[in-house]
Amino acid sequence: MATAAHVDEATRLALFRSQLEIRLVEKRAYDLFLQNLIKGTSHLSLGQEAVAAGFAVAMQSDDYTFCTYRGHAHTLARGAPMVGVMGELMGRKCGLMGGKGGSMHLTSVAHGAMGSYAIVGAHLPVAAGAAWSAQVRGTSQVAVCFFGDGATNIGAFHEALNFSVVWKLPVVFVCENNHYMEYTPIRSVTAVEHPAADRASAYGLEHIVIDGNDADVVYRTAVEALGKARSGGGPSLIEAMTYRYSGHSRADPGKYRPAGELEEWMKRDPIALYRARLLELGTPEKALRDIEGALQRAVDEATEAAKACPPSPVDVIDRDVWADGGSSWRN
Amino acid sequence: MAELTYRDAVAAGIAQEMDRDPRVVFLGEDIAAAGGVFKATVGLLERFGPKRVRDTPISEQAIIGAAMGAAMTGLRPIAEIMFSDFLAVCWDMIANEIAKARYMSAGQMTLPLVIRTANGSGARFGAQHSQSVENWAMAVPGLKVVAPSTPADVKGLLAAAIRDPDPVVFFEHKGLYATKGEVPEGEHVDRLGTAKVLRQGSDVTVLALAAMVPRALQAAERLQSEDGISATVVDVRSLVPLDTKTILAETVKTGRLYTVEENPRLCGWGAEIASIVAEECFYDLDGPVVRITTPHVPLPAADALEDATVPSVDRIVETIRRTAG
Repeated sequence: MATAAHVDEATRLALFRSQLEIRLVEKRAYDLFLQNLIKGTSHLSLGQEAVAAGFAVAMQSDDYTFCTYRGHAHTLARGAPMVGVMGELMGRKCGLMGGKGGSMHLTSVAHGAMGSYAIVGAHLPVAAGAAWSAQVRGTSQVAVCFFGDGATNIGAFHEALNFSVVWKLPVVFVCENNHYMEYTPIRSVTAVEHPAADRASAYGLEHIVIDGNDADVVYRTAVEALGKARSGGGPSLIEAMTYRYSGHSRADPGKYRPAGELEEWMKRDPIALYRARLLELGTPEKALRDIEGALQRAVDEATEAAKACPPSPVDVIDRDVWADGGSSWRN
Repeated sequence: MAELTYRDAVAAGIAQEMDRDPRVVFLGEDIAAAGGVFKATVGLLERFGPKRVRDTPISEQAIIGAAMGAAMTGLRPIAEIMFSDFLAVCWDMIANEIAKARYMSAGQMTLPLVIRTANGSGARFGAQHSQSVENWAMAVPGLKVVAPSTPADVKGLLAAAIRDPDPVVFFEHKGLYATKGEVPEGEHVDRLGTAKVLRQGSDVTVLALAAMVPRALQAAERLQSEDGISATVVDVRSLVPLDTKTILAETVKTGRLYTVEENPRLCGWGAEIASIVAEECFYDLDGPVVRITTPHVPLPAADALEDATVPSVDRIVETIRRTAG
């Protein structure tokens, strides 16, 4: 796949801003866990921000994002407000779903974030359906579906790929290969080295493996795949190599990783790498500091706003099962 | 009125709605070029074209997932799962994804979709192609559940299901596909959540669903002529929403309630109704609620075994005769 598209400065700053926003919100989410203000579980994307940012910046505002329970990054990258995300994690009324979904189900339809799916692989067919809908309605929309390496070994992955290719759907499947399916190295439970890309040929698709820690590479790849989908060229399957700094979830300290592995990946931190590139290309240090300062203030303000927001009222429990707003199953 | 078979009423209902609303699309295995393995969708491909009537691979998760994705983005898909037994293959999509998306998103998503499936016994297909699984769907919050017994109800309730803004699991009964009945000419749209009183009696009230409805009606005729027992027969039609008003009113009138259920015994739909009746009109009952069900076994294949497993007219008559006195 050609990756020659020029990345202009405005786009580069958008990529930097998006990655940093995700990083700062997720670090704050981690702190709020330690303060017991966020309950339940949480799956952070620390270290994987370039994938979410690279695609979101390349997408049209009416494109669809489908992601997994590790979905804070993708939801923020599409423009969902920080206070809505943090409010949802904290179970507050101001949460994106008023506390009914929680960390693993962030959804903001107004921003094209069509749900975070917590059953591994389930959303690949759903993304195919959204792409089918765009095809039937004759729009230029594309559905982009993010999933982990672990999802490549479940049936829905294979069903969705075959189905999407046969129907030539405008969908882009993006495997974020962070090397671990939960607590187990993906290579130890998978028949091939590249769990997504090495399966692509089975569906007549190109073998695409990219550096998922380089936002420019992700962005260029996204532009290419989105363009192909929009012009009727059908689906793509992209495997982005990356690494998560934290464990699988809140409960996991990640002790199964060999000594030194995390440190090696942190040397290739997507945000540090991108910041250095921007400086090298002539963006003034002050411009970056301004972005960093503004984002940090925004995260602080969103944190305070979410903390100040009341808990979700219990009267939402029996709302919104049905389209009439209620939950009645009898007369 | 025109006489249609139950299977032709399926195609008629879909065609009526596809004609009316360009957002209605239809996908499933063998549904387009082949017209369905039960021939219930013959002619739809020719009439509406391959963009709206589309054959799929044998990929139930993809079929149901695609219906979900299409529904949340502006279409009104109808997905066919060839045999209701195969719902288990895509149950995650139905029970975890479709049923919950609206609730978990606090109403951001609406999923107007219909899952049609062939349910029930009669074809001697054995335990993986003849089950009655309507109670599986009934147990999941967020799904509407419909099971018609006549061609008119197939057309009218299918049209209502397609127009409904929520996910509907529509159980057609494969033992009824060849049956015939009068169907209103022109546009015919029924209402979900409504039971129908088919026969008014004074001694006992019998609730039945799908293929158990004609058996309950035959049993009622025999009880009248052979025993002088006068039975009300109610076609429940819709399990979710459940027409408890009609069910409770008809129960109170006779004081004796029977359910005839093709699903296996445990947690069958009649158990929920028996519980509602016990809570809300216990003192109007003149005897215990009696459930006539398939026993709690997988369904056997051989004709004699299948016949002895699923509630028959004989079993309904004998049970009511023995207990109604």
